[in-house]
Parts: sequence; C-alpha cells; structure tokens
Amino acid sequence: MSAATATAVAPAPATRTGAEMIWEVLVQEGVEVVFGYPGGAIMPAYDALPRYPVRHVLVRHEQGAAHMADGYARASGKVGVAVATSGPGATNLVTGIATAMLDSVPVVFITGQVSSALLGSDAFQETDVTGVTLPITKHNWLVTRAEDIGPVLREAFAVAKSGRPGPVLVDITKDAQQASCAFDPADRRVARPPRPRPARGATADALARAVALIDRAERPLILAGHGIVAAGAAAELAAFVARTGVPVASTLLGLGGFPATDPRALGMMGMHGEAWVNRAVQDADLLIALGMRFDDRVTGNLATFAPRARKIHVDLDPSEIGKNVAVDVAIVDDVRQVLAALTPRCRPADRAAWMAAIEAGKGDSAVRDIQQLPDTGKLHAAHVLHDLWRLTEGRAVVVTDVGQHQMWEAQYYKHDHPRGLVTSGGLGTMGFALPAAIGARFARPDAEVWVVAGDGGFQMTAAELSTCAQEDLKVNIAIINNGYLGMVRQWQELFYGGRYVATPMRSPDFVKLAEAHGLTGLRVTRRADVAGAVAAARAAAGTVVIDFRVQAEDSVYPMVPSGADLGDMIRRPLKSRLIETGADDELTEEPPR
Amino acid sequence: MTAPGKPRLRTLVATVEDVPGVLNRVASLFRRRNYNIASLTVGASEVPGLSRLTVVVSCDDATAARLEANLWKLVDVVAVDELAAADVVERDLALIKVRADHLQRAAVVQAAELFAARVVDVAPTELTIEIAAPRQRIDDLRAVLEPFGVIAMVRTGAVAMARAGVTAAADLPPSRAASGA
Repeated sequence: MSAATATAVAPAPATRTGAEMIWEVLVQEGVEVVFGYPGGAIMPAYDALPRYPVRHVLVRHEQGAAHMADGYARASGKVGVAVATSGPGATNLVTGIATAMLDSVPVVFITGQVSSALLGSDAFQETDVTGVTLPITKHNWLVTRAEDIGPVLREAFAVAKSGRPGPVLVDITKDAQQASCAFDPADRRVARPPRPRPARGATADALARAVALIDRAERPLILAGHGIVAAGAAAELAAFVARTGVPVASTLLGLGGFPATDPRALGMMGMHGEAWVNRAVQDADLLIALGMRFDDRVTGNLATFAPRARKIHVDLDPSEIGKNVAVDVAIVDDVRQVLAALTPRCRPADRAAWMAAIEAGKGDSAVRDIQQLPDTGKLHAAHVLHDLWRLTEGRAVVVTDVGQHQMWEAQYYKHDHPRGLVTSGGLGTMGFALPAAIGARFARPDAEVWVVAGDGGFQMTAAELSTCAQEDLKVNIAIINNGYLGMVRQWQELFYGGRYVATPMRSPDFVKLAEAHGLTGLRVTRRADVAGAVAAARAAAGTVVIDFRVQAEDSVYPMVPSGADLGDMIRRPLKSRLIETGADDELTEEPPR
Repeated sequence: MTAPGKPRLRTLVATVEDVPGVLNRVASLFRRRNYNIASLTVGASEVPGLSRLTVVVSCDDATAARLEANLWKLVDVVAVDELAAADVVERDLALIKVRADHLQRAAVVQAAELFAARVVDVAPTELTIEIAAPRQRIDDLRAVLEPFGVIAMVRTGAVAMARAGVTAAADLPPSRAASGA
C-alpha cells in the first residue's frame, strides 16, 4: 500500500503487526505529528508509518525530538509524541524527558528496544532505557509482545495527561513490532484501568477557611503558577481577581495565566522578579498560591519567606503540600474548580490601599530600568525584548532558552494569554528553545512563533535549523548575542570576583549559518534597527535568524542571590558608567567573538 | 506521645501490583526523595497479582504524609497506609549465629528460650538461633547474645499489618481499596 492510498484505519485484515498497532493507537489518540529519528530497533515502526496519517518530523538529534514534543504539548495543551531507537537514540532523549518531568508536561516517548531474546545480553545498541528513565518519567513500560502494544500505549497516553501531567516512556522490543496480533478497530482497552486514588478534593471546611482568610486579609497576594495554565484556569483566575481585587504575582511558568497588562498583574516574582513585586510578597499578610510549588527560585531563603503571611496552597498534587513551605489551608484539587468555587463565596473588594502601597514601590524600579537609559544607539537585550513585545502586540508564542535572555523576556515581553510563553523553568535546559519552537509551530499553525535564545544555548541545538529548512517551517529566531554565557558570567561578576572562567564564547557567524541552511540571516547592532529587522523577519516566508549584538556585560536586575532573603535584592546600580553613558568599560563596537 | 515535628520510626504498608520493576520504583522513590529507610520488604499478598510491601522509615509527620502522597503517585501502587504504632502487628525474622562451645552452649540456649527464640542449627562450637518478633525484641536478644560472640546476623526487615479488627487501606481488596479519604 502506498502513502497515496493511506486512510486513518487501513482496511481488513483483522490482524496488525505490532509496528502498525503503534500508529493505530496514535491515530486513535488524535496524534497528528511525531518528532523522531529512526534506527535499527525502531525500523519496523518506521516502515509502517507511511500507511498512517501521521506527519513525522525528522530531527537532527533525539534531544531535539524530545524538546519538540514538549514544545508541542506546552503550546497546545495536547500530548506530544517523540520516537527514537534503542541505545544512544533513547539516551539522547534523557535531557528532554527530564525537562518535561520537572515542568509537568504530557509527552509520550516511544523507543525501540533490541529483540526480547537479546534483552539483558548487552546486545548492539541495547540500553536499559526503562531503568535509565525511571526517576524522570511518571511511569514507563517495557513491551515485549505485539498484543500488549495497543493496551499499553493507551494507558501511556492516559497516564501522561491525567492528574498532574508528565512524560511517560514506552520501550518496545523489535520482535514485538514485527509480530502480528488480532486487531479490532473498536478496541479501546487499556493495559490497566486507572487505580482509584484517595478522594481528596476541596472540602467545604477547607473552602470556608480559605474564604475567611481572603475576606479578612488586608494585604493579600496571589502567586499564580504553571497550574493555572495547565488546568486551563485563566478565565476562572480573572473572575476571582475581578471580584476579590487581589493582585497577582506569577512564577516564570505562570506568566500568561493572568493578563500581564491587567492593572492587578504584578509580573514575575522570585530571583529576577521586580523589586516592588518581591517586596509585596514579603509584606503580604496572605499568600494565595495557585498551582505553584514554592520553588527555591521563587521563595529565596525559606526561613524569611513572606514572614507575615498566612498561606493558602491550592495544588492538584498532594505531595506538593508542605514540601517547601508550611501552609495554613491546603486544598488538593483542580485549581480551576477551586477558583470557581471560591469566587462567589468571597466578598467583593477593591483593595485600593494595598494596591497603592504596592504601586508606590514602582517608581524606584522605573528609574533603574534599562529602558530609561539615555539612548546612545547601543543595543541592550531589554530593548530587543521590549520592542519585540510592542511590534508583535504581545500576541506571539515566544519560546525561550535558558539564561539572561530568558529573564529579560519574562520581564519585558508582557504575556496576556496562556501558552504564549514556552520555557524550561524547572530543569533550566539550555538548547530547549529552537526545538521547542518547532514543536510549538505545529501546535499553533496560526500563531507567530519567536525563538529568543542566547548565543550559548542556541548553539547547543542549532542543528535543528536544518529541520526547519527540510520541513519548510516558519520560525523567527532572535539570538541575544553578548559573546558570553551571560548568566554564568553575571554570577562570576557578582559572586566570583569577576573571574570569567570559561564564559567568553566565540560563535559562528549566525547570518552565514542561517544562509548555509538556505534560511535568511540578519544582524542588528543598533536599537534603531530592531524594528526593521523584526518586520523583515515577520514578512519573510521562511525561518529567519536575527543576530542581535547586544551589550556584552549587561546583567539581569534585580537579583536575589541564591539562598538569600527574597527582600534582599541586588539592584541595578544607579551610578555607573553603564547607566550614565550606556556603555560598559570593556565594550567595543563589536562584542567579543 | 511524640511531638509531630520529631522524626520517629514509622511503618507504612503498601499494596502494589506484582509486576517487574515495582520494587525498583519504590526504592527509587525513597532514594531520590532522600528518605531514610530502616527496612523494606516485599512479598505475596492474599490476592493473586498483588504484592504487599512493608517499609519502616524514620521521618517526621509532615514528611510521612508527603511520602504517602508520593507513593500514591506511583502507577503500580494500589493502596498505601501508615499504620499507627498501637494498631500494628509487626514481625521481623532474624537468624543469629553465636559462638557456643560445650561450656557456653547451655547459657546461650537459655538466653534464646527467654526470648521464645529457637535453635535451628548446631555445630560443635557455634549454633544458629531463629527469632521472629518485633524489631526491638530482636535488638534486645542480640544485645544479650553479644557477650558470647555473635558471628553473623541476618534479618528480613519488618513485615506488618493492621491488627485484627482494625481496617487499613492497604488491607482492603483492590476494588474497595481507595474508597476512603
């Protein structure tokens, strides 16, 4: 049968090979695209692929496949799928699996395995992949019989998206893919139905205690996390805020869960949160933590975190309750349902005095804002991100890498919509952005997709430019190029006596690199040229790489040093050569290469 | 009564599916969450296809609650329960090989009898004692035998269940296992 005659369910016979069963289940589960790389142990599955209406994206490294499936899931809310062969193919997925695990992203990883007769014999390209990925998956399975493939894959999808989502891995031996088994197109059996779990949920008592705390609070603050986005609770959060008047600070992954341009939005809190936002957290008398886990990058020193605040914690995962911060009221339930239940029970309020107190801190931050620098024509990363936000009207899906540019994006690109920011928060995986953006491209065909990456992280997975070219994808790529591993350099400047060990980085000519892939490359060295380059990228049909040559030794401010009190922030200096002239001492026209 | 914040030994019983790797998954959870296991045993339950696992772990109340929640997150776990000290029947099995020549043998046997332990193997200068008892009694017997010369000891780790007449989530058949809160 040729691809031209493919149908969703191939006609009788009523048997399928294990390889065909893989695709039958993926089609049943609504999978449109998978990201992968073939190899010996997964070849039977690849051989069957053309008979099914599933698009395959050939990556350049399996880590890219993992991040693409992850980016697809984050941008769409659906389950992403990545495929790899045994041994090195599977181990190359590991960083991507761990990335999805720490950020609770639903991804199904399918790996080929050596034939069952060879298992445990150290056969060619054999790795104990279920063993390797045990601590970084919600669950994983080794399948050695064709008849188990369907039920196990269905269970895998159910586990990935149920409860607190996460990655799962199904390792399928080559002989299981080759063998045939009976096939019933109506069969939706799972290997094991979900086991019942203790009924937790929001009790009337817990809701009543939460309402009492909210109504009585004078300085309440919402800490909105990834759970708001994952649960699809943005509308419920907006309704809750409209009624109770409680302002919203967000975690990095919570950005977009509440409109950044709403007057009640305070933006990001934590290590690189605005000073006035972190002060509000420290001054609050009530924290309402919604779908967030009090990560150390959010709380700073736990002993002094929000010392005056009572705490309400709403999370779907009971193991998160009390893990880092002791709370007064814990509600283990879907945050969307909890907000819907809380809103009508709470007293309407406008919290004008509290909002005024918070806003009073803004002025001091504004004068330190890089945006207020005299325009010398020099380019700061903040300029790029601010302009990008303005020019795209805040509507782009922005996929960031990890480091300084990631924090500047969080500070300057105002996300008004959920799933508008795709970023590796928990694991902080450099190299995430470009492949994750390719996944987001498939998830959101109508959206404008921008990669924002540093020169270091971009080079970790730059080979996926080739994937963009082969698949004819349109992604806009902004490289924030400062010639350093910027965040590590910043720590070296602040905490390691300015010794820049192994952080100056020489990069290839990114314009030529783009051109070598048949893509468009642009370079911007002055702020005046940002808008033109962004417009050119948006107008181009294919992928465009823009090399933004930004100030080399700029730092992300404010900064709460690792383990310090949240109120103990390093601020952008008011008096410095950088502030007064817009240039740092070692800066030349061209950043170090 | 122990303060809630103080670490103490506690006994958790979990009913798990008898599938390859389940012990690995439970052990991996304890390792990566940095729990301090005193013992971990697994064996058949009364239901075919299900195993029962007993974990003795030292932690405070909040940590124990999180441990239980983390165990519930494992797909292969059917039910979990922490057994209150007052409601638990617990047995650890030990084999203790002791120096016992003809001069000492009577004294060693007498010590064993005081603990309702049995002599299961005898050689001219050594003998082996078997005891099935709560953990502390085995520690006590070992202390009594120490002066004679303990050559080797092996223990199974504790197995535990709720006392007769006391229901525990981990005791219930899987169909009813988690209907409670």
